[in-house]
Amino acid sequence: MLRPILVLFQTSRQDISRAGIARGSVGWENFTRLFDDPDFAPVLARTAVWVVAVVGVTLVISLPLAQFLDKPFPGRRVVRYALLVPWAASVLMTALSFRWMLQPFFGLVNQVLIDLGFIDERIDFLAKPSTAMPAMMAVAIFVSVPFTTYVVLAGLQTVPGSLYEAAAIDGATPWKRYTKITLPMLRPAILVALLINIINVFNSFPIIWAMTEGGPQFTTSTSTVFMYKLAVQNRQLDTSAAMAVVNLGLIFVVVLIYLRASRWQEAATPA
Amino acid sequence: MSEGMVTERSSHVRRFMPVFGALIALFFLAPYIQMFFTAVKPAGELTDTPPSYLPKQWVWSNFTTLFTRNDGAVVDYFRSSLIIAVVSTLVVMIVAVPAAYYVARHRFRWRTAFLLLIIVTQMIQPTSLVVGVIRTFIDLEATTGITLVGDYTGLILVNSAFNLTFAVWILQGFFAAIPAEVEEAAEMDGAGKFTTMRKITLPLALPGLVTCVIFTFVAAWNEFAMARALVFGNRSRWPLTLGLSDFTQLYEDEWNYLFAASLIAIIPVVVLFALIERYLIKGLTAGAIK
Repeated sequence: MLRPILVLFQTSRQDISRAGIARGSVGWENFTRLFDDPDFAPVLARTAVWVVAVVGVTLVISLPLAQFLDKPFPGRRVVRYALLVPWAASVLMTALSFRWMLQPFFGLVNQVLIDLGFIDERIDFLAKPSTAMPAMMAVAIFVSVPFTTYVVLAGLQTVPGSLYEAAAIDGATPWKRYTKITLPMLRPAILVALLINIINVFNSFPIIWAMTEGGPQFTTSTSTVFMYKLAVQNRQLDTSAAMAVVNLGLIFVVVLIYLRASRWQEAATPA
Repeated sequence: MSEGMVTERSSHVRRFMPVFGALIALFFLAPYIQMFFTAVKPAGELTDTPPSYLPKQWVWSNFTTLFTRNDGAVVDYFRSSLIIAVVSTLVVMIVAVPAAYYVARHRFRWRTAFLLLIIVTQMIQPTSLVVGVIRTFIDLEATTGITLVGDYTGLILVNSAFNLTFAVWILQGFFAAIPAEVEEAAEMDGAGKFTTMRKITLPLALPGLVTCVIFTFVAAWNEFAMARALVFGNRSRWPLTLGLSDFTQLYEDEWNYLFAASLIAIIPVVVLFALIERYLIKGLTAGAIK
């Protein structure tokens, strides 16, 4: 497990030929080349937007959805099973289904929009970064919501019912009960969901690969796709390794923030 | 919530909950329903503009002819995926069960550090280590002579390694929940360590074992990024995910087969997930599930 990480760090400071032969150490040259790459800054900015938007919207959808699925109603089992499908199914295959739906001439999204009278001309959503990015974010949210909802549902099981009864006696409104009891009790579940979603969404590869391959050029690449394209398509293993090291650093920062947040929470909860 | 709290308004809301639930279910199934309708369309209908929502002609045979096209390439993809997923799952379970049992039953010196290491490795995904893994494999190939890049072995190794930590983490929780007294009682009755494990401990931890098997299998079955990086050069070793992504290079009138194959790949893993639905919630409360 640790060996690939070490090799990665080593590679990030080496000069590697296109055939994969190491030609000696070059210090930080790979990093300077990476930072000077005109694509680097836009890729990082795009990654930040991608992660924040996808993780944020996922949580905003999952919280009420979990609340809904926590209440008993006929057919709840079926809804829960339906929610499992995007979680269990290969993300790549789900993304391919969306790619076909978004196809300008044969896809259903354009047809629905035309039939409803929203647009007159067919749009090639995946051809331009300005429409491709939101479309891919929607797919990323779609596949992240089921897992997140299940984590929040699991969290809801840990809230003791007696708390609600006490609040009801005190005459608290449903909204007050949610913000004052449910949300604070859900804090650990939400933190876990946020952490895992950030990591997964940051590393997310199949969605972008299946829908635009990060192109044209690098205009729809996040830093993970950028790193991958450098290695696999451009055969620049050395620069790609430098990007990978930057990526690992970013993930590490997120994990540190999580550990701090959860430690703080332990301290804040009276024993 | 007490019964007296149910007001007139909320009983109205309650009546609409199944309807609302059905809409949510439909929303999350929509891409797969679309897959299905596209999968049964004849080739000619795929490129109709405007497209029809439902197939005009239902070609159920797409689900069978897909296996005979291109010299049965899809059969090879399914076989590769199955080999990779099954062997990875076996490797994970063989290593994880004893490891998790040991961690759950013994307070050894580096226990906390070990568990922390598990969480940290769980944070790192194979995608971010592509270059490191490939170069490690090339070095290993040179010293051991075992083919890793471009064959099942490498992919099995990667899938096992990256699912192992998670399996140990979940399993040790299940083992720790079994009181040690149960095992001690069995040993008092003259059962050996091995018999106790086989007859008492493992059956009690069965939900955990099943959860781990299913999670590992599904993760390996769906894995794409490492497969693309490791076996792209050797078509005979392509798993389904890689084979299906290659379909997109073909003409649009092949997409019915693409989606037929996708559905055949998706249905079994969804059934597996549905089997462990109860434990998903349980496992998630215990810790962090991917």
